[in-house]
Amino acid sequence: MPNPSNSSRLTDELAKWRDIIVEYARMEELDFYETIFEVLELDQINQVAAYGGFPQRYPHWRFGMEYEKLQRQHRYGLGKIYEMVINNDPCYAYLLNDNAIVDQKTVMAHVYGHCDFFKNNIWFSQTNRRMMDEMANHATRVRRYIDRHGLEQVETFIDTCLSIENLIDPHSVFVQRQPRRGSKPTSLHEASQPTKYPAKSYMDRYINPPERLEDEKKTRTEAAAAKLNIPASPMRDVLLFILQHAPLKDWQADVLAMIREEAYYFAPQGQTKIMNEGWASYWHSTIMTNYCLRDHELVMYCDHHSGTLATSPGRLNPYKLGIELFRDIERRWNTGKHGIEYDRCEDMEERRKWQTMDPPEGRVVGKGSPGREKIFEVRAIYNDVTFIDAFLTPEFVDDQKLYHYRYDPNTGRMVVVNRDFNKIKQQMLYMLTNHGQPYIYVLDGNYRNRGELYLAHKWNGIDLQIKYAVETLKNIQKLWNRPVHLQALIDEDPMLFSFDGKQSTQQRIDEAIESPAIALD
Amino acid sequence: MISSITKDHQRFRNIIKGRIRKDLRRFLTRGELIGREGKKAISIPVAGIDPPHFRYGDNDDSGVGAGEGKAGDQADTQGDGVGPGGDQEGKHILEVEVSLDELADILGEELQLPRIEPKGRKQITSQRDRYIGIRQTGPESLRHFKRTYRRALRRQIMTGIYDPDNPRIIFERSDKVFRSWKTVMSPQSNAVIIYMMDVSGSMGDEQKELVRLEAFWIDAWLRRNYQGIESRYIVHDVRAGEVDRDTFYRIREDGGTRISSAFKAARDLLENQYVTDEWNVYLFHFSDGDNSSESDSRECCQMLKEVLLPMCNMFGYCQVASAYGSGNFINVLHEYVPDEEKLITSRVNNKDDIYDSIKAFFSTGK
Repeated sequence: MPNPSNSSRLTDELAKWRDIIVEYARMEELDFYETIFEVLELDQINQVAAYGGFPQRYPHWRFGMEYEKLQRQHRYGLGKIYEMVINNDPCYAYLLNDNAIVDQKTVMAHVYGHCDFFKNNIWFSQTNRRMMDEMANHATRVRRYIDRHGLEQVETFIDTCLSIENLIDPHSVFVQRQPRRGSKPTSLHEASQPTKYPAKSYMDRYINPPERLEDEKKTRTEAAAAKLNIPASPMRDVLLFILQHAPLKDWQADVLAMIREEAYYFAPQGQTKIMNEGWASYWHSTIMTNYCLRDHELVMYCDHHSGTLATSPGRLNPYKLGIELFRDIERRWNTGKHGIEYDRCEDMEERRKWQTMDPPEGRVVGKGSPGREKIFEVRAIYNDVTFIDAFLTPEFVDDQKLYHYRYDPNTGRMVVVNRDFNKIKQQMLYMLTNHGQPYIYVLDGNYRNRGELYLAHKWNGIDLQIKYAVETLKNIQKLWNRPVHLQALIDEDPMLFSFDGKQSTQQRIDEAIESPAIALD
Repeated sequence: MISSITKDHQRFRNIIKGRIRKDLRRFLTRGELIGREGKKAISIPVAGIDPPHFRYGDNDDSGVGAGEGKAGDQADTQGDGVGPGGDQEGKHILEVEVSLDELADILGEELQLPRIEPKGRKQITSQRDRYIGIRQTGPESLRHFKRTYRRALRRQIMTGIYDPDNPRIIFERSDKVFRSWKTVMSPQSNAVIIYMMDVSGSMGDEQKELVRLEAFWIDAWLRRNYQGIESRYIVHDVRAGEVDRDTFYRIREDGGTRISSAFKAARDLLENQYVTDEWNVYLFHFSDGDNSSESDSRECCQMLKEVLLPMCNMFGYCQVASAYGSGNFINVLHEYVPDEEKLITSRVNNKDDIYDSIKAFFSTGK
């Protein structure tokens, strides 16, 4: 196991607390892989944080940039990392060595919340639980390529790949789109075999004349080759398409595959940020306030807990939103505040007072109440989008004082527009869908029958940023090696952005422009 | 062993420096860096570091926040909000901190400036004793009491003669440890820069902006080459006087120009406060070259030759273009003070000329 160098084991006191906390976590029916805590110094924890939580990553300047940011943040007292945890089996979590004991206890409780979420949330079910080893392998392989091909070349290639690392399809891991291994392979060779009619050997050259066979083989090969370059339906996993069809060298394909693998590994964490942090905060709060907090630690715990959950101008705190929503769900299911009649009720007062059953009395442990049972279910099968969609209620929006804001060009500031529930919910879903990033699809890999790549942006309310789109297109061209095109709606006009390796062009899409092999639905 | 993050970090710094070097002409000619400098470091906006991604444009700046307030109130000061808007453009620009020394190095490499050889007295060093070590022998006055006590205590406990009820500690000779010192030699090369500026009516804001930019880079480069450096500022029209830095850039006067007044003020300053044998002296004069009289210009040349040039490492005259002035002073200098390698003149007509002007001033390595 590639452990972070110089990491140290827990002190006796921390080990004692870990044993206590893990017992309470199990008692509360949290279910997690074995969790290993390491105590790191500030510098080490900054390194690990820069690497996205891993002790080993491939060499790349971007991690150095992250590292500098963290260092600077700390120097100016803007932020301190309390915890970090990796979705892995066993789970690895890091503690900062100069934190106070009460912080370490809170972090441990928080970490067990995360570990339970990693193990049980369905969106994490397809992630590689040996990612720690895999990341180390990636590092070794990239280092080898750097030794062989030079830093500049490998680094430039990684930069190019990173430009499109967000063009993946997080849902595809649940769908079997590619033919299964073992099923009938349809290779180019097989698809190009001409039809042969059965014939006795002496008749063969008359029934299956060699010229016809040659001709047919040729046309079939061409047709098959063309077909291989066309996705069956609009394909969101642009990375995969490029990986399969772009003329990449072996090492390049390997690097691109690594970046794709890592993107898929991190994707569920982006999809469940609010839930994951909310769940972990719910449990650190429950475990600490019910069991592990000592009198003299109370003030410091409250200070740091409220600091973590504080709302500040300019951002919606996922910790706060998550924990409040989980608590709200628990309350509602404990008092029967759900169901079709409740959902249909439009009278705010009535909704507020809604109660069809009495909440449980005394301390609830584990799944010992309908509310608790519900939130355990929610943590297993929802992601942020469905979480907000299903459980955001007008009362919650009101209690949390959420509002919808908009940029005011007159004052140059953000102003509150209104507190309309539907508008707020729509806006939140909008921001969360695809992690606030545009949907890009492959429509054709043999556009105009010239092996050109045709991508399309699926418009759903907001235009693409043109400058970035043009720059990104240039990077895709470097990978594809033939001209690339991007169809996008800009100011309600369908536009085609193209880059042929030398020149960037854009034109309005009209009849004169050939359509791609398949259309965006 | 160097940890891998250190390598990544160094690589990142190198990339940053490369970008700054590439954009140096832009930084030199636009005032982007002015006012961004801290004590030792400067925050520089570097564009295009992050790989570009497909992303949404900023034509829909809205989001959801939490907090008090009614419709129409400002959202960014009360409660929080998140949305796709606001910082779209800004995100691609990365603020990095570069030390002033690094920036000067980049300037030096890009402009191929030779390092300055402080004039003639490299041997002059100051010595300082620093007490940083411990040793077994030394004078009693330097005895390290705490350590000595600890050693004695330890010895007594080990040998079993320590009595907790009567805790008397008696030093032996072998217990004693002493502070030791090391003499640190620090080379002394001090420099003073005197900026002189013509603030007569013909020098407008535009001209002053040029001066300000030029002075920033002169400062940066000289600071890199000397440890202790002082800047003094003199403004003049028909009279001259010393001012502080802020005033220097802000002051606005009317009236004529008598350049000799500034030269006299500089001479007085040098003679009173900077014994020239120990100081590397840099004089810079910024003007639109519109001196009031020919005779005063000649007096200036006289002073330059006889007094100022012998005192200084370099005299830089930078003439900025002005709509009003005749700009004749630079020609007078060329005519009456020829072949003086310490006198360097340059014309700055617009911001693009600053690059060459800096290069002209420092390419001799004085």
